[in-house]
Amino acid sequence: MTHEHRARRFGVEALTRVEGEGGLIIEVHDGELADVKLRIFEPPRFFEAFLRGRAHTEPPDITARICGICPVAYQMSACQAIESALGVEIDPALRDLRHLLYCGEWIESHVLHIHLLHAPDFLGYPSGIAMAVDHRDEVQRGLQLKKIGNRIVEVIGGRAVHPVNIRIGGFYRVPSAAEMADLATELNRALNASLEVARWVAGFAFPDHTLPDGTALVALRHPTEYPMLGNRLVSTDGLDITPEQFLDHFDEEHVEHSTALHGRRLAGGDYMLGPLARFALNHDHLAPQAAAVAAEVGLGPSERNPFRSILVRAIETVHACETALSIALTYRPPERSFVPSEARASVGCGWTEAPRGLLFHRYEIDDAGVIGDARIVPPTSQNQPVIEHDLMHLIEHSLHLDDAALEALCEQAVRNYDPCISCATHFLDMRVHRT
Amino acid sequence: MTRPTVAVWKFASCDGCQLTILDCEDELLAIADALDLRMFLEAGPDELLDHYDLSLVEGSVTTAHDAERIRDIRARSGMLITIGACATAGGIQALRNGADIDEFTSIVYARPDWIETLATSTPIADHVQVDHELRGCPIAKSELLATITALLARRRPPITTHSVCVECKQAGHTCLLVADGTTCLGPVTHAGCGALCPGIHRGCFGCFGPSESANLAGFLRAIATVGADEALAVRSMSTFNVAAPVFRDAKEQA
Repeated sequence: MTHEHRARRFGVEALTRVEGEGGLIIEVHDGELADVKLRIFEPPRFFEAFLRGRAHTEPPDITARICGICPVAYQMSACQAIESALGVEIDPALRDLRHLLYCGEWIESHVLHIHLLHAPDFLGYPSGIAMAVDHRDEVQRGLQLKKIGNRIVEVIGGRAVHPVNIRIGGFYRVPSAAEMADLATELNRALNASLEVARWVAGFAFPDHTLPDGTALVALRHPTEYPMLGNRLVSTDGLDITPEQFLDHFDEEHVEHSTALHGRRLAGGDYMLGPLARFALNHDHLAPQAAAVAAEVGLGPSERNPFRSILVRAIETVHACETALSIALTYRPPERSFVPSEARASVGCGWTEAPRGLLFHRYEIDDAGVIGDARIVPPTSQNQPVIEHDLMHLIEHSLHLDDAALEALCEQAVRNYDPCISCATHFLDMRVHRT
Repeated sequence: MTRPTVAVWKFASCDGCQLTILDCEDELLAIADALDLRMFLEAGPDELLDHYDLSLVEGSVTTAHDAERIRDIRARSGMLITIGACATAGGIQALRNGADIDEFTSIVYARPDWIETLATSTPIADHVQVDHELRGCPIAKSELLATITALLARRRPPITTHSVCVECKQAGHTCLLVADGTTCLGPVTHAGCGALCPGIHRGCFGCFGPSESANLAGFLRAIATVGADEALAVRSMSTFNVAAPVFRDAKEQA
């Protein structure tokens, strides 16, 4: 081996097209991969500390500010946890509105990721904006679809980023039948566009790769629905638990190279959250057109190629459009906009499926409704270890590539997870050191 | 006219304000045609230039490294505009100001010694000269577009000086504070959102920060007169713009 090869060293200062800031360091010694670390250098933010001493009514507004991309996920998990603590059962009609709101966030977040963050990798462009020069119609179609996702969040949530209409027990105001009828008209268009997007994405060339053996896929499961609003947490290796049991099975550890904590299973072994996991564990609950297009594009429940997660996002977008349309079409304004509740000393856990995967919240509340302790476990911190191990596995088989090609492949592979560093607090500059 | 070179920078933040740029779905490709976006990591561009005609800065300064970085960005920038409550007022992260940062770190992190952070979250203007600011948590799309349009036309960006109350009257909403005794920060909150919360029968909670010449003492008297919840008003001021002038005095004056 030449000295030049042994000392091969390369990197990317800041990973782009991800939410938040961090980096990737890859160590190669004598042509053998030694280590992969995701460095997260997003400044630490102290939300769990800020929540201590605040009113139990505030987490939907405060935790939304953890992430501008998926504030609805934070609001929904916070509401579930606090309502569980207070023993509040929300009305089915209000739950439908939450489900619709969540569909809006999935559409907005998935379509942003597909078109502006990830498709450029598959089509060979540095950005979605550069891609639009040659693929203007596809980018415009994506932007219009994303807009309808945001429109849902505006109509139900009051604002696209950091919705203002969410409260414990429901909403401040419920939409009128006329507003919902307008939304349904737009959703008919959205559904058609989403089907076109899924077929477009299915035509991409996907690098051949599979998750390391033994990686468990973990996602929520609901008796009848594809899971946005949660119920039980299940895995491909037999886990089946309630929110109250989550911390008996999962933990986070602090590693030196990251201001985001690393999620881990107490039983050991890697686990992966997000679209691939949800699809593997819940494909039987996809809406009819989403299920049909998944079959048409050859996506099966045993899919373990992370590069095809963009295709699952496209299928989930179809599902979200279909689900939203069906809720909008059967909408009758509920009699009350929220279920009232009273503070009591209690502990509550809640979880929902953020676009990137499981988002867990836990609150301890006193008799006056003041929060004594808060715990938030976001999806990207849980996915960090599997991202590192998946990349190791990928790089081991790709060391023959030159530096630029390997860097590009690694960045594309990180984006398979649509990591949200702001959520995880906190992540991507990428460096490969070859010594 | 040559297209101005533009950078979008992130400090401690949730990405929501820069996402608002990408949320301009109808205008995004036109914006990308009119502006030469050279640095915008979330969207892809990552060219470090010696000079950008315009820098949009999101987020607050919470690390020593970021305090250095904003000075470097200022030196590379023609016009520098802060976007959102974090950049203009320190944001929700300023809840740490005056608290025990070591305790906060230990609540979140097992090894506080691995964490580098300042005890304060400060607005960009505490560190460098800022030429214009957009308020809000998050910013309003309409204000962002109006500002970009004005700059392209070489006009001064529109500057709002009135409170949410004015927007609320314009929208024809019934006054929640007067009619219902609902706690509403509209009289002291900077306009820009279009009175979103009063429009859904929720009192304004101040996410655009204090309005010009906000009268805190008068507001607190009005709250007491109508029997609204002063503690809630103070808590709202002590959230997303807790370190902003006027709002930061609320706890003491109440």
